[in-house]
Amino acid sequence: MGTHAAYRVRGLTKTYRGGTTPANSAVDLDVPRGEIFGVLGPNGAGKTTLVRQLVGLVRPDAGEISLLGHDVVADRRIASRLVAYLAQDEPALAELDVRRAIETTGRLRGLSRRAAGAATDELLDELGLAGLADRPLTRLSGGQRRLACVGSALVADRAILILDEPTTGLDPVARRAVWSAIGRRRAATGTTVVLVTHNVLEAETVLDRVAVIDRGRVIACDTPGGLKAAVDDSIRIGLVWSHEPPYDDSLVESLAQTAAVDGRRWSVRIERNRARDVLDRLTQAPLFDALEDYTVSTPSLEDVYLSLGGTRPDMERL
Amino acid sequence: MRAAASMVGHTTPVAAASEPGPTVSLPAAVGAVAAGQLARVRVARGPLLVVATVQSLGLVILLRGIVRRHDAATAAAVVAGSTILVVAFVALNLLAQRLGALKASNALDYYAALPVSPVAVVLGTAASYATFTVPGVLVTALVGAAVYGLPMAHLWLVVPAAVTAALGLAGVGALLGLLLPRPELATIAGQLGMTAVLFLGLIPVGHLPAVIRGLRLLLPGMLSVDAVVDGLRPGTPWLDAVVRLAIAAAYGALALGLAGLAMRKAVDR
Repeated sequence: MGTHAAYRVRGLTKTYRGGTTPANSAVDLDVPRGEIFGVLGPNGAGKTTLVRQLVGLVRPDAGEISLLGHDVVADRRIASRLVAYLAQDEPALAELDVRRAIETTGRLRGLSRRAAGAATDELLDELGLAGLADRPLTRLSGGQRRLACVGSALVADRAILILDEPTTGLDPVARRAVWSAIGRRRAATGTTVVLVTHNVLEAETVLDRVAVIDRGRVIACDTPGGLKAAVDDSIRIGLVWSHEPPYDDSLVESLAQTAAVDGRRWSVRIERNRARDVLDRLTQAPLFDALEDYTVSTPSLEDVYLSLGGTRPDMERL
Repeated sequence: MRAAASMVGHTTPVAAASEPGPTVSLPAAVGAVAAGQLARVRVARGPLLVVATVQSLGLVILLRGIVRRHDAATAAAVVAGSTILVVAFVALNLLAQRLGALKASNALDYYAALPVSPVAVVLGTAASYATFTVPGVLVTALVGAAVYGLPMAHLWLVVPAAVTAALGLAGVGALLGLLLPRPELATIAGQLGMTAVLFLGLIPVGHLPAVIRGLRLLLPGMLSVDAVVDGLRPGTPWLDAVVRLAIAAAYGALALGLAGLAMRKAVDR
């Protein structure tokens, strides 16, 4: 057991019945133990299908999944004994109160009634949910409900956590509570985390490594820094025009061809060696007078995704 | 559950954490699922309890005006059928609705990712509803036997009959909820199933055409109805009653097993 990776995935392929394009296609992944491993991609890229296969809910058409040395494809129940899975939504828990949702999950992972009760009390405190313990999940805000579901994923201390967008809708305080709780488990027991996200900022700050998924395929897998180094020859300039952009200017005209435009807000990725000239022009009249604000930043994972041939620039920044 | 004791502390070192956790035994899983579901249905319990009881009790009293005195066979069928109808209302009708809704909202993923048997999920959900069939079953059987002047010595047969009927009805109710493509269809099928139990359970077997008499036995709960009828007859045919209950229990186990398979299939869609 000691030498096995948390997950070793080879050639994973799945096409849903009635589907024309595969949800996953020849996916290879290696997730070492103790790592916080990210699966990043836009909505509909096949992230959820991938993790539902990792936890044995969906049988792949082809491919191998080894979980700590166990064959998940042959014995799909083994994943339920090693992995805590948090789906994007947990409607099964919706009508329970927070305490009952966490406690029931603990008991269904094999804790005795007493152990589940004690673990639930600890989690309620740890996640700052004690004041909401007796409220039904349906009567909580979206963020509070999500936090309660994270609690249900953390109960019973599984070796591996697979969390599908766990922090969606959380306020910054709750988000920090979640990552602290995960950090503590990682330090104490070497917990491995597979995190599905389409939030690039979260991906950059918490992940050890990240697999970028596009249309069911892994198009890159590296550390966030390693991935960004691949597009290191570029920088991103954000522009906010005061009024209608001055299209008669030749620079504005050329930037417009590659900019992602959101009303008066433009986002342009340009090569580093061209950046100085562009910034020079932008910071002088008349363009400077037409600008309300501008930002200059190093490339993000979103730039990585786009430069790797990603097709859906709808990943979320916070 | 014994293995679970080692997981109580949070001091377990890294090596232990990567060993698979225990699979949860069927009774423990049923208990935990039922406890969670009970908390959920607590609000609805009062009205459902009243509906389940009043419906059957009403039938027993209503038909008292129709059934001729001294027609003990018909009287026994009415009481037995009405009693098992309480179970059908909950196990077939409500369970088909509930599992149809769980399937439609992808809520089955939650259970499928936990180390519990899918049968435990069906049984636990059914068990949470079972609490509000108990008064209805007992009141209908007792009041029915009293108003029709039937012998009460072996009325206890209602208890094993209700349990075996519950297994079969819950299994079939779950199958409807899990196999039908839309939750509305599961709701309709559950209600039609309950109507079938109402007709074929209350009408004395002797009054039915031969074809229907054979098909009737495919409907869950019918053998349990017949076992209660046996108990209400003078000179109870014990062997018949025991065989009927044993077959009803086997029917229930088969239906629940199939429901478990249907649940796996509903998740891996």
